[in-house]
Amino acid sequence: MKTEINPITGGASMARRSFLRYAGASAAAVAVMGAAASCKKDRVSVNSGTDIGSGDIGVLNFAYALEQLEAAFYLQVVATPYSGISSLETAYLTDIRDHEVLHRDFFKAAIGSKAIMALTPDFSKINFSDRTSVLAAAKLFEDTGVQAYDGAGYLIKDPGYLTIAGKIVSVEARHAALISNLITPGSFASDQVDSNGLNKSASIKEILTAANGFLKTKVTANNF
Amino acid sequence: MNLFNIIDEIENVDPEIHDRLNPRRAAVKNITSFGSKVAVAAMPFALGSLFKKAYSATPPSSVVEVLNFALTLEYLEAEFYNQATAANVIPSANRAYIAPITRDENAHVAFLKTVITSLSGTPVSKPNIDLSGGNGSGNGPFKAALTDFRTFLTVAQVFEDTGVRAYKGQAPNLIGNQVVLTAALSIHAVEARHAAAIRQLRCSLGQSSTIRPYIESTATLGNDTGDARVNGNYAGEENTVQGGVDLTTLTSVRIATGAFDEPLEKQAVLDLLVGSFIIG
Repeated sequence: MKTEINPITGGASMARRSFLRYAGASAAAVAVMGAAASCKKDRVSVNSGTDIGSGDIGVLNFAYALEQLEAAFYLQVVATPYSGISSLETAYLTDIRDHEVLHRDFFKAAIGSKAIMALTPDFSKINFSDRTSVLAAAKLFEDTGVQAYDGAGYLIKDPGYLTIAGKIVSVEARHAALISNLITPGSFASDQVDSNGLNKSASIKEILTAANGFLKTKVTANNF
Repeated sequence: MNLFNIIDEIENVDPEIHDRLNPRRAAVKNITSFGSKVAVAAMPFALGSLFKKAYSATPPSSVVEVLNFALTLEYLEAEFYNQATAANVIPSANRAYIAPITRDENAHVAFLKTVITSLSGTPVSKPNIDLSGGNGSGNGPFKAALTDFRTFLTVAQVFEDTGVRAYKGQAPNLIGNQVVLTAALSIHAVEARHAAAIRQLRCSLGQSSTIRPYIESTATLGNDTGDARVNGNYAGEENTVQGGVDLTTLTSVRIATGAFDEPLEKQAVLDLLVGSFIIG
């Protein structure tokens, strides 16, 4: 029915993907054995999961994980558009896809060798042929992204990284408003903004609990 | 509301503000190490407590003056939407977009007033504002903002986009201060939601077929509004290098500029507002 998109390659064949997943699982299994031997709990957890690490790199990996998830989602949305999609909606969703792919690739380049692995998404709860299902998931991803950056910004120690996080969070907020308006015109600041006029924010652990519901590769934050 | 500017202004008066607010300083340790679950309703009081503890007692009156200046700028945005609502320039079909923005901007004013009051300061009253951008003449370049909905939306978009930019440049000065930085980032995100909504509305109304909820610059021009009068508000948005990574090696200029919002320095923001919209 649907072809899931590899978050890194953007469209690898199923055969290649299956191989990579198999290879990844084997590597993870080996890593788990190694971790058990050295008793380092913050290295690799079971179920081919990954930990974001600590410090600024940990926060950047946290952002990288979320951008991987968002990019994979919009790659799928654009590859298999929902029925009745308008040309303007196609333009918006394609732009968002390109933004999220760029955010993902940017973090991968910026983090370098300390970047977490490519995550395998699990979109089994989303019906990509249904507008309501797709936009509800998009709203969840965007709102979660804004809450994540707002909530984790204070953990960043490096001024340059904090500025870049600020440059990205406002674009995520723009996406969130756009998607919300596609669902219900004028709802861009309704359920996510409190009576003081502040956007909601959430902790890294709260965000990962939500994100892991859409990930086969579970992400942990043992140092936060 | 621009918390970064507030801190920056305070710094001009009190160079040790960052030391005072430093989380390692014992007096404020309890405040800055608040858990992530600080009740939102308590936020203004948490901020007030932070400042109060930082100064051990009543802060210098000059600090309150600085906060009041920030409030003055915040009045501008709220006043713009309040006057437009009163002038009936907003078609009823579009009020669902403008009403939440009006609500939020007034909430930001109230939020800042509460912070000032919790510092035993007295919030200033509204400044003299010229929404035409004419510095009191009432005959500035945007004088149709309260009579023509198209002009109103143009000005609204510029205010919101500029507000988003104003938050970013000062962020590094707040590193490590959970309460202040989180509040500032959270308001910043709301300004971005407003900006996107105004842009989306302008597109759907056919005011511009190319305008998008995000700022898409060319390689040489940050301003994507098509109105050269506001080039200064978008100067720098054309940047395509982030953290040493040249994004044009990964994507187009349009996507690279749309995916990242750029900061605007404090003085640039003031230069754009005082002497035009705020009577100087």
